[in-house]
Amino acid sequence: MSAGTAKLNVTVAEVKPINDLVTRFKFVRTGGGDLPTFSGGAHTVVEMQDGDITRLNAYSLMSNPADRGAYTISVRRDDQGRGGSKFMHNKVKEGMEMVISNPVNLFSLDLRAKKHLMLAGGIGITPFMAQMHQLSMMGGNFELHYSVRTASLGTYAKELAERYPGKVHIYHDDQKEAIDLKTLLANQPLGTHVYVCGPKGMINWVHSTAGEMGWPREAVHSEEFLAPASGKPFEVKCAVSNKIVQVGEHQSLLEALEAAGIDAPYLCRGGACGQCETNVIGYDGKFLHYDHWLTDEQKAGGKHIMPCVSRFEGKTLVLDR
Amino acid sequence: MSKTEFPPSITSRPVYGELEARSGSGHLMIADAEGAEAILDLAESADKDFWAKAHVIYIPKKTGTKYSSQLEELGAGQYYAGPSYEAAQSRIRRALQDCHMGTQVYLSGTESLMGQAMAEATAAGIPHTAIQTEHRGSTARRMQCVHCKGITEDVTTDPFECSHCGLSLFVRDHYSRRLAAFQGVRVDAEDPGNIPEKVELFK
Amino acid sequence: MTIQFNDETFHGDFTFKNSDWAIKRFPFPFHEDSYMYSVNMEPHTSYRPGSVFERTFDVDEHYVSEMKDRARVLANDPLRCQSLPHMTLAGWDLVELIMEAKAREYPDLFELHKDGNRWRWINKPLGIDDTFTFLDESTLPYGPMEYITRQTQGDFAVLDQRDDNLWMDAGMVTTQADWSLDFDIGMNFFEWHAPVPKAHEMGIFVRALKFLLNIQQGQPARRLNWTMTVNPLLDTSPENYHKWGVMKQGLTMENIGEKQHLRVELQTFFRLPRSNALVFPIRCYLIRFEDLVTVPKWARRLHRVIRDLPEELATYKGFIDNRPLMVEYLSQFDDGSPTSDGIWPDDD
Ligand code: HEM
Ligand code: FES
Repeated sequence: MSAGTAKLNVTVAEVKPINDLVTRFKFVRTGGGDLPTFSGGAHTVVEMQDGDITRLNAYSLMSNPADRGAYTISVRRDDQGRGGSKFMHNKVKEGMEMVISNPVNLFSLDLRAKKHLMLAGGIGITPFMAQMHQLSMMGGNFELHYSVRTASLGTYAKELAERYPGKVHIYHDDQKEAIDLKTLLANQPLGTHVYVCGPKGMINWVHSTAGEMGWPREAVHSEEFLAPASGKPFEVKCAVSNKIVQVGEHQSLLEALEAAGIDAPYLCRGGACGQCETNVIGYDGKFLHYDHWLTDEQKAGGKHIMPCVSRFEGKTLVLDR
Repeated sequence: MSKTEFPPSITSRPVYGELEARSGSGHLMIADAEGAEAILDLAESADKDFWAKAHVIYIPKKTGTKYSSQLEELGAGQYYAGPSYEAAQSRIRRALQDCHMGTQVYLSGTESLMGQAMAEATAAGIPHTAIQTEHRGSTARRMQCVHCKGITEDVTTDPFECSHCGLSLFVRDHYSRRLAAFQGVRVDAEDPGNIPEKVELFK
Repeated sequence: MTIQFNDETFHGDFTFKNSDWAIKRFPFPFHEDSYMYSVNMEPHTSYRPGSVFERTFDVDEHYVSEMKDRARVLANDPLRCQSLPHMTLAGWDLVELIMEAKAREYPDLFELHKDGNRWRWINKPLGIDDTFTFLDESTLPYGPMEYITRQTQGDFAVLDQRDDNLWMDAGMVTTQADWSLDFDIGMNFFEWHAPVPKAHEMGIFVRALKFLLNIQQGQPARRLNWTMTVNPLLDTSPENYHKWGVMKQGLTMENIGEKQHLRVELQTFFRLPRSNALVFPIRCYLIRFEDLVTVPKWARRLHRVIRDLPEELATYKGFIDNRPLMVEYLSQFDDGSPTSDGIWPDDD
């Protein structure tokens, strides 16, 4: 399979600021027609033409999966980031034509679950919005616990509480409210699956607490998209294509390979799916592994790298690409 | 009798480990015959408050009272000894209804018992990989006849006769977790009447 | 294109027959003179007009009779079609996938009219004209997967994707190469493949699974698999092995050309959008040796493949005892001349 996923040509139908940090974007198919159906938890990869740099960022689809007329995503502005979210906030306007990928789901519901317990932090709410649409249509049993900084930064908190009365619990950091995870996890009936999407600290907290309380690994699901980290520029030799590629400070290794016309597969571009795994033929230096895919052993072994998020510092790096 | 070593086999054939006390909101332990030994071994490392949250369901089979008093003395919150798996089944289902996520399930003894109890626990919502198992005692197999679908318990020879349709079946290693059974297939299908001599493979 | 549907049987008197058209388009599975398991997957995109790879779901002259055979097998053994409770949504995904593809690609045979969730489905070859509500089981005579696969050639395995594995949690299986859905349902990719020799050690299943987990919406894939069957019996199930196994006896040089069939499975893979499940249609094509050897390249190549096939594979595929006779028969059509690369006959 060659790079990426099938593409969709879309037009921006709406750009709507939700609060100080978050803006919502609505896409319809350019020239009309239905978009593909998707499953709750799916994301799309949005292509951004930012000057001569092409950025590809993954965003969760938050609209009703049954609505094939439009997709919506929400983007949180990250002033520290490499620019993808700034581009979305500053450059994307209604009427603009863009290219996005077909939906890909790396955070799907376990449909066997007798109950779905959802834990969201901040912008991590978006995949749950589509999942709740899907579950409420199917008569699924779910409960959302959503932690926000303040009421005004509580993206969609009010409308969710209204849409799903009794199923949505909001916690405000500034009012010292916090999810009582231990009690929550202790009282779930057999067959409950827990899902968490939010900051890294929250995801780790849920995994470790559930583990300590005897929850099976398979019943705890999480999604965290890593934004590729910036770092020192470095050089890579690509043995198969016989090219030398420079990776810039604010560019990922994957982006640099793509810019050099090297066929490099990917799906999530966030270190989660494993699709971009690349063999290392030789190196002299040190790897900066940021992905969730390789095992610690593999990371120490120096034989593999995930170019979508990971970097390298040192003299030489030779890849099997 | 100690833990059983099985010859290397295909990937559908279950492999068993050694029970160890794990942290959890409750402990459901189901064993038959020599499977009691695995629980008694675990007891040596489990701390005292482990047993208060434990429910032990034991089917002694041919071992009679050999292990039952020792098991009872562990002081489990609930202890039950029953005459057969069938007799214990409704109790197992009821016990699973009371469980919350975080409950640990421990199975030990024959493949038939572990397989059937695992099917109950997974149906109740516990992933099979989270259920601990340890084989002890008889290696006799629970077999499904692929033709009539009937289950024959305690199969020790290959081939064997299906206890429902009477066909002579050979014993495969292919195993279904859902049925808790290995697969039996007519041995003389291509050459009717040519039935090889029985070999005792399991004890 | 209009298809003349055959009236034929796949059991009992075995009146199944391929027309010249069906012989020409047969999916011959060997691209070289030897065979070993490999991760042989490619995108399922349309190519070669007229070939079985042209459409999403190939419909051919055997369609109506194959559907009758399926109904017969299901009447005898309803366990050939099963769906665990969480797979109903995937069943609806499959209804949509098949109906949309068939109506688009065979407009003279199938029609789909949608008015919101109210769908009207017309299947002319089978004389079906049903109106139902999409996603409402009570409006169909069977569960969604069973409904549509009673109208589509080939077996279907529907796989739930979770925990980095695929789980065979639903299926319609009446034309299988000797495996049991009733036994395998609920297993994962490595478990249901457990009986296959060599491929595990070769790392084929690990790589194949990785590929499958990443199959995306709108990007289906396919591969070919093959085995051998005596008589054009679609239902070579383990359930009925005690009835058909005996047919492997009694092959002679006189009757092997007519009785021995090469059995090829066109296997495709599609991501299902609502359920995130994967569907794996397994379409079975049969051709008797007599017909196959009318294509000289295929005859030469099949002879060499069968002659040199590793013993484990011939045993697993169930023709080790008949191999010498097959080789003897096929050798008559192999003059030792070279064969060209690829699976297509030489004359086009
Ligand atoms: C996810 C979809 C798939 C399903 C549901 C499936 C199912 C099966 C089943 C049920 C068998 C018979 C096993 C037995 O003896 O009981 C089989 C055989 C086999 N499968 Fe798959 N399979 C799938 C995908 C694949 C893929 C992608 C490969 C790629 C290499 C593969 C390679 C094989 C091979 C080599 C055999 C042995 C076939 C023979 O020699 O006749 N399968 N498969
Ligand atoms: S593209 Fe998914 S891990 Fe790199």
